[in-house]
Amino acid sequence: MTVDAAGFRPLQPRTQPPNDSPEYGSTRLRHPARPALRIPQSVTETTGPVLSPKHFPPMPDLTMLTGQAAMGERIIVRGRVVDEDNRPVPSTIIEIWQANAAGRYDHPGDTHDAPLDPNFHGEGRVFSDEDGWYQFTTIKPGAYPWGNHHNAWRPNHIHYSLFGTGFAQRLITQMYFPGDPLLPLDPIFLATPDAAARNRLIASFDIEATQPAWALGYRFDFVLRGRNATPMENT
Amino acid sequence: MAAPRLTATASQTIGPFWHLIEHAEMADLLRFGATGEAITVTGTITDGAGQPVADAAVEIWQSSPPVSDSFPAYGRARTDTAGRFEFRTLKPGPVPGLGNAQQAPHLAVTIMARGILRGLTTRLYFQGEPLNDTDPVLSLIDDPAQRATLLARPAGPGAWTLDIRLQGENETVFMDI
Repeated sequence: MTVDAAGFRPLQPRTQPPNDSPEYGSTRLRHPARPALRIPQSVTETTGPVLSPKHFPPMPDLTMLTGQAAMGERIIVRGRVVDEDNRPVPSTIIEIWQANAAGRYDHPGDTHDAPLDPNFHGEGRVFSDEDGWYQFTTIKPGAYPWGNHHNAWRPNHIHYSLFGTGFAQRLITQMYFPGDPLLPLDPIFLATPDAAARNRLIASFDIEATQPAWALGYRFDFVLRGRNATPMENT
Repeated sequence: MAAPRLTATASQTIGPFWHLIEHAEMADLLRFGATGEAITVTGTITDGAGQPVADAAVEIWQSSPPVSDSFPAYGRARTDTAGRFEFRTLKPGPVPGLGNAQQAPHLAVTIMARGILRGLTTRLYFQGEPLNDTDPVLSLIDDPAQRATLLARPAGPGAWTLDIRLQGENETVFMDI
């Protein structure tokens, strides 16, 4: 008999954005019309990939890619990765990507007429420590226009990818900045129905993380799905 | 059961510029020298208008064969302008399920893209596997046409292919895990 890791609890209603979110135009032809099939969790869902620093070396400073400083407002982002029971998720990879200070991605698909920065690519990677803490240094990404509707602009944001300990915990999200006037106009941010859940995507200014004469600090915590109390059993 | 103290962070779309974290070698699960039954897995992703989804991130995860130093059991691939993705991996074997159930060999598949706010999860099974008939997930799907959306077909020696339709006719069965 083997005892698997416990399954994950269901997500709480209204705290995740529905894929059918008409205000975000690209969802129109990309959301399934049928409801998702609820399946029992098995080892396929309760275990997951482990991306190790051996194969994915940390890149905790996005501002010094070439040895020359990237343009823009240098910032430090730190926080914790925990589960819904507030238990730290240690040694887990956090992949990071973002636009430069001018609001331009170093990506062939980005045609926004804003300058590229030869000293900024926009990819980072860190691992949480044994208590779930992570930290990286970057520049504050700029806002940029997009074609969703007339005069549409994405608020400043940083993209993240996390794995946790089971495939059902996989998380792709975006972190926003406090006080951004574009947030109440952004259909991607607004797609999460529950206001409290939505607002948890906004980092908070963190004077403790701020380094004197160097960089402002922001705090952003990730919460991954929690597991049931009882493990599943396979005979 | 006590209510959870915290609520899982909301998902957001991976967007069109996720290739900054792509690393093409991640589509090759044999890059660390794993040995076994090597296969290629390909497919094409189309949207509700039948048009290719050219900017998707496709991820696979398999619990068989198990993770080892030479086998990550996880891959990530882009779709190209034709909506096509390709992985190299090892053919999975049967996987334990709940109780005494055996699951048929399968890959977990997640699709993330611009216009997808929360990754779409499905499974890829292999046409002709005897365990498909008793697989606990496939058995939840009554309609044979819907079941068929999860069955990869052979595409040559060691090659399997499965087309994924996000919406509309022959829409892939996606799963809430």
